[in-house]
Amino acid sequence: MSTAALQTHGLGKRYGRRWALRNCTLSIPVGSVVGLVGPNGAGKTTLLHLAVGLLSPSAGSIEALGEPVGSDPRHLTNVGFVAQDTPLYPTLSVAEHLRLGESLNPGWDRELAGERIGRLGLDPSQRAGQLSGGQKAQLALTLAICKRPELLVLDEPVASLDPLARREFLQDLMEVATEYEVSVVLSSHLVGELERVCDHLVLLAAGNVALSGHVEELLASHRRLTGARRDPERLPASQEVIEASHTDRQSTLLVRTSEPIHDPSWAVEEVGVEDLVLAYMGRTSDPQQARPQLSAVRR
Amino acid sequence: MIEFQLDARSGVAPYLQLVQQVRHALRLGLLQEGDQLPTVKEVVGGLAINPNTVLKAYRELEHAGLVAARPGVGTFVTATLSDESLAAHAPLRRELQRWLLKARKAGLDDESIEALFKDTFRAAALEVVA
Repeated sequence: MSTAALQTHGLGKRYGRRWALRNCTLSIPVGSVVGLVGPNGAGKTTLLHLAVGLLSPSAGSIEALGEPVGSDPRHLTNVGFVAQDTPLYPTLSVAEHLRLGESLNPGWDRELAGERIGRLGLDPSQRAGQLSGGQKAQLALTLAICKRPELLVLDEPVASLDPLARREFLQDLMEVATEYEVSVVLSSHLVGELERVCDHLVLLAAGNVALSGHVEELLASHRRLTGARRDPERLPASQEVIEASHTDRQSTLLVRTSEPIHDPSWAVEEVGVEDLVLAYMGRTSDPQQARPQLSAVRR
Repeated sequence: MIEFQLDARSGVAPYLQLVQQVRHALRLGLLQEGDQLPTVKEVVGGLAINPNTVLKAYRELEHAGLVAARPGVGTFVTATLSDESLAAHAPLRRELQRWLLKARKAGLDDESIEALFKDTFRAAALEVVA
């Protein structure tokens, strides 16, 4: 197996007495496009900041592209990062942003920067503060990609964009990922957004990894069963119940299983990514502490 | 060159939708031997989908012997799914158009037309089996 784009072992981050991220173990192969999903405050930003070296772990370890994050600053030239709300300098022009990018990044690809600005129709003399939301996102992506990283990390890149700008941004991002063979990790609290662009999924809920894996494998190993009411405890051992709901006559279960379901009394359906995410989120939320914790964890 | 569409609500895996669209175009003669499929970059840029989805679809088509990848150039159609019956398509289509017109005049909406067609199609298929 080649090196992983991102690998963590028992990774945790604590703010005071509160764990924003706990016991996170992941391995994401090079060349993946990873969707990091979860409700606000689940620890997504914390994990991404750990991945790019803006935070250091309180527990466990994290490696990006085969090297411990933070061990050597030069390592970060291989990692591109677009932080939440696409931070730019509002009073600097597009051209000044590119000059800044060039002076800060040894591997800066000036040709690519010029080509992108032209293709995206950005006016080099315009101040960043006057750009539309979509243009800001595209400029921020340009700055991140022109350092020619091997791993690109984006925190909620499309959250503030209108649907058309979202689509344009994701089209552009996928083109970039294809052409420059970068591994991509992007977070969102909207699953639907990421379903088409991701081949890997990591779901965080309340600071824990609730689900992680290759999207196709996850979809292939889960089924929704509907049938006459019965006790989920009495299912075959190979079927793990993720979510169960019952009426007085009917049971609807979402199960994880690696084997085909032969029981003819169940109606068996395939599930979508959104179904999976909701089921796993429901499973991990602890009613006693779920809500207040969410707001407190945010930075 | 064909352009792919994706239906997010169809329940069919995206890569399979791409495969089906190529097969469909081959069957209707819209794609012929030697034609180039859109590059992976063009498809992901157009649809905002994961490049591996496109690669998987193209691999499957290659496996089925319908296309071949020429490294650094692109993916090209190497076989056809249309046959002598292609010549019969045009008159059949005209008949179908006349039938559709008749159905609409009789007051059938899209849903009724589709239901009637599917039902008849299924019944006819059963007769062939029997």
